[in-house]
Amino acid sequence: MSEHGAVKKFMYVNRKAPYGTIYALESLEVVLIAAAFDQDVSLAFLDDGVYQLKKGHQTKGIEMKNFQPTYRALEDYDVTKLYVEQESLRMRGLTADDMCVPVDVVSRADLGKLMEQQDVLFSF
Amino acid sequence: MKFGILVNEGPYTHQASDSAYQFCKAALAGGHQIYRVFFYHDGVDNATRLTEPPNDDRHIVNRWSKLAQEHSLDLVVCVAAALRRGIKDEILAPGFRISGLGQLIETGIQAERLVVFGD
Repeated sequence: MSEHGAVKKFMYVNRKAPYGTIYALESLEVVLIAAAFDQDVSLAFLDDGVYQLKKGHQTKGIEMKNFQPTYRALEDYDVTKLYVEQESLRMRGLTADDMCVPVDVVSRADLGKLMEQQDVLFSF
Repeated sequence: MKFGILVNEGPYTHQASDSAYQFCKAALAGGHQIYRVFFYHDGVDNATRLTEPPNDDRHIVNRWSKLAQEHSLDLVVCVAAALRRGIKDEILAPGFRISGLGQLIETGIQAERLVVFGD
């Protein structure tokens, strides 16, 4: 709780592909820890970040941990607000059906408005 | 204003740590407070006292230590990110401490603005 006793709105902005760099994995680790703090949490996926939710990661060939199942576990942590930017999906030939969890597809403009409503934006 | 700072990149390769340092210095000079500086991802590499840049270059690690000493800054390094990268208590530069990600979330709660430095 904040010093005023109010809940703050935290948004985690995921912009990077799931593998290639560690940002996606370590961002997810922050989200899981944050869930214990009873704040208002949401996640946004844009740019190559939308690939984090693309169904069917197969990581055996690159010898990395497939952490996609963790996204499906977010619901158990009461993290249910997942926003995916429509333009980023479209540019990559993806739709909501390609996502491994239920998401809200929002336009770039609407995502901007959502960001404006946040108290804290973590950008990874 | 009470600022929280997140540094997501290592020293020298990336300007994030330099920019965060300059931001902190300017904020403190302007009478603002820095609630905490949290180091995550490769940002944890800003905390090793084994760093030895050439003499004609800035010493990013020592610079943080000095700023921490002068202003009682709380420089916190994420434990999980640190252990992954071989950063341990025994090689920490003065002013840094290792702690959990909860300290980052708490920074977001307590600070009036959280400023992220990274890609």
